[in-house]
Amino acid sequence: MDATALLESTGALLPHLTVLVTGLVILTLDLFLTPQSRYLNEVVGLIGLLVAFLFTLSTAGAPRQVFMAMAVVDYLGAFFNATFLLIAALTILLSASYVRREGVSAGEYYALVLFATTGFMFVAAAADLIMVFLAIETLSIATYILAGLLREDPHSQEAAFKYFMLGALSSAFFLYGIATIYGALGNTNLVNVAQALGQGDFSPLLLMGMALLIVGLGFKAAVVPFHMWAPDVYEGAPTAVTAFMTAGPKAAAFAAFLRVFFQGFTTPDMVQHWAPIFAFLAALTMILGNFVAMAQQSLKRMLAYSSIAHAGYAFVALVAHNTLGASSILYYLVAYTLMSLGSFTVLMVVARREGPLYAFDDYAGLGTTHPLLAAMMALFMFALAGFPPTAGFAGKFYVFSAAVQAGYYWLALIGLLTSVVSVVYYTRVVMLMYMREPNGAQPIPRLAPTTMAVLGITAIGILYMGIFPGGVMRLAEHSVAFLFQAKM
Amino acid sequence: MIPLPHYLTVSAILFTTGAIGVLMRRNALIMLMSLELMLNAVNLSFVAYARLHQDMGGHVFVFLSITVAAVEAAVGLAILLTIFRTRATVDVDNLHLLQR
Repeated sequence: MDATALLESTGALLPHLTVLVTGLVILTLDLFLTPQSRYLNEVVGLIGLLVAFLFTLSTAGAPRQVFMAMAVVDYLGAFFNATFLLIAALTILLSASYVRREGVSAGEYYALVLFATTGFMFVAAAADLIMVFLAIETLSIATYILAGLLREDPHSQEAAFKYFMLGALSSAFFLYGIATIYGALGNTNLVNVAQALGQGDFSPLLLMGMALLIVGLGFKAAVVPFHMWAPDVYEGAPTAVTAFMTAGPKAAAFAAFLRVFFQGFTTPDMVQHWAPIFAFLAALTMILGNFVAMAQQSLKRMLAYSSIAHAGYAFVALVAHNTLGASSILYYLVAYTLMSLGSFTVLMVVARREGPLYAFDDYAGLGTTHPLLAAMMALFMFALAGFPPTAGFAGKFYVFSAAVQAGYYWLALIGLLTSVVSVVYYTRVVMLMYMREPNGAQPIPRLAPTTMAVLGITAIGILYMGIFPGGVMRLAEHSVAFLFQAKM
Repeated sequence: MIPLPHYLTVSAILFTTGAIGVLMRRNALIMLMSLELMLNAVNLSFVAYARLHQDMGGHVFVFLSITVAAVEAAVGLAILLTIFRTRATVDVDNLHLLQR
């Protein structure tokens, strides 16, 4: 690899490197900040993300492999980059007041968020299985630390430990899967894997490798039966981090699924091996996620199960190996990002400092004491439940039509029925807010402008994507088009 | 020369031992050690397969995986340390605040 190729490759990965450098800058800058100038952390972070977004726009194009076919820059990566940058930006905004309230050291916090974001972006840019592994490790290790950020809080410690143990276990499975596939094919580049499979290269070893990859990635996406860490970790982690974790690593895991299974194991006879497994996992995830969510006593834990259920819906689209399936995953991830970050922001604002944490009762009468916040929360709950005209409805519509198009009628039916079940626990929150008297819980402090901004952006985004789903959907279709071009 | 299947069998046995260790043992330090065992089992099969294919790629992957294992160990031990400071134990049966 000569100097020009190196320079060209670096240029192609400018968005990723910008985020990484921004994280490093914040880490250093934080040493020189006084409590009055601490806001510069957020400002620098947001500017870095904006620059990275502009670089993403300028580098997007037809697929080209860089760094000796380790990474790839294409429209799919660009779409995911934009999603991840949005997640990071919203996380920085929603954390601004949280970090001050909880006394978290802001420099490390934002740096870790940005490092994790770098990991997300590299997952979406991975052209080689080993690159997928390294990127997933980058984001996982950053999120392990984030989960344990409240060092003195036993809940946070426990969340970090559980997340670390099961995360590392799943990474080992994933790596073993890569080793097995490397053994079967002698190659780990996803395009070469697809070519080798196209020539009928096939062995039981390959199937075993694929199964291990599904286990490894399934853990990261918190798909049943690999979900057992998720409720505990989401409940114990600091709320701002939980919001980040339900959106970011989940979207990154789906990016990895798309890269590995839609770009690598994409030949028809491989698809017929993995599609039924995915269908089974999706069905299990939707059923368990929604039914267990109904029984929860803490809103944070309920949202954790709801997050598992939503991974199930996105998984339904994965089963449908076609353009609609792939693009509806992208659409669903953006929609879920907005809904999840929005609802966790409300959770963060309403959370009490003592007594039972995140109890449903905190929301009693919120409609009269804090109408704006209650209206926002109602919107997020309706969106998560999938009512029109929100992004949640459009997302589910696309996902289920993808399943129907691929002939998985029973899966779409399970999806619809479990969505109905989910209405029960989402509307419970809405009923509490509007139909119960306030119970004299401590007043909610005035919202910080940054928090207002997050609520505004997510609410407008959800309504926009729900009323005009075409815009984002067209972008998504454009991004995944190349995955299916070869076969058509 | 020892044939390839021997290496792969040892690797599979080590990996399984590690996985069982992570899932069954209740001492967090031993769980961490089992985790390392799993990653090293994978390294063994990477090297064995690299030999099979006469490809240097597999050897390079081992270096990457060793690095990742080191980072994981560092973070894992740090998390353990915070737990030990508040609870004075690393027995995972004591971690049950979040189960209902």
